[in-house]
Amino acid sequence: MQDDPPVAAHAPDAAHQGQQHPISLYLKVWGLLFLLSAMSYLVDYMHVQGIVRWTLIILFMLLKAGLIVSIFMHMAWERLSLIYAILVPPLVLLVLVRIMTIEANYAFWTRAIFMGGGG
Amino acid sequence: MAQGIAAQTHSDREVIAPSLREIAADWSADQEVFRHTHWGKAMMWIFLLSDTFIFSCFLTGYMTMRSSAVLPWPNTAEVFALVIGGQKIPLILIAIMTFVLISSSGTMAMAVNFGYRRDKRKTAALMILTALFGATFVGMQAFEWTKLIFEEGVRPWANPMGAPQFGASFFMITGFHGLHVSCGVILLLIIASKVARGHYDTAGDYSAVEIAGLYWHFVDLVWVFIFAFFYLW
Repeated sequence: MQDDPPVAAHAPDAAHQGQQHPISLYLKVWGLLFLLSAMSYLVDYMHVQGIVRWTLIILFMLLKAGLIVSIFMHMAWERLSLIYAILVPPLVLLVLVRIMTIEANYAFWTRAIFMGGGG
Repeated sequence: MAQGIAAQTHSDREVIAPSLREIAADWSADQEVFRHTHWGKAMMWIFLLSDTFIFSCFLTGYMTMRSSAVLPWPNTAEVFALVIGGQKIPLILIAIMTFVLISSSGTMAMAVNFGYRRDKRKTAALMILTALFGATFVGMQAFEWTKLIFEEGVRPWANPMGAPQFGASFFMITGFHGLHVSCGVILLLIIASKVARGHYDTAGDYSAVEIAGLYWHFVDLVWVFIFAFFYLW
């Protein structure tokens, strides 16, 4: 138990010595985030529609979120226990999204059929 | 345990990822799972996890309302357009807000880095710059709200442009996010002044900067999702 796992060799213990990464890393990520934001803005500006629009929006969103969490929030250098404890629980939200999709569908057709398209 | 690992064959070590073995070791020691992590940082992560659920509930609620609305949903590109130099540019206000918030995340990341180098002046300066970006963001949001409330007549229960659910979603989601940014600005200013006064030098522990940074990056992270789902969708 007392010997450090192999991973720790690459990930210095943040609690004790802090993390040292070159400033250029943050500037690069900053630049990438700017680029990705500009591209997702262009999706709207160029009037890309339909499935291509949704795919591109989700893709750029996930790339940006990944960069922020892994580099800016230093998740890439955390222990796997912490990573899983934080990243796995939100996955159950997909169940909520699925349930609410069914519910929204039901509410929409109820309104359309029985409330004369109003309400 | 060290003996157990030593007894394993070489091929076993390659098959079982060391990180997975590390998880087993961490969780089997139950109350010591986060012992390698600063307690404040672990607590901040757990707070952010709970905040993730709150914002996800808002966004899921928005999804439900939008897809069950029978009246047309307003076109956000036009609603949030600005006239600059006689030309109407769609969604430009939100794009600028996005760039401002991303820039604040960049300066915050560098502040954390200088914090670990014990560079008081640069850390405090970058944190104050981050807070300024944050305040700019909130200011632009106030402008956006004013425009929507007084010029377009949008209310949480009504919307002259179509589906009334638009107002409810907009004010709840951006309002709650704006509240987070405002709290973040206050937190950053407090920590920055402590850094500048040398408060953390006595113990030599600059973790507070990183913890404040985690919160700030999370606020930026939430905006990424709001930008995608509410403004671009």
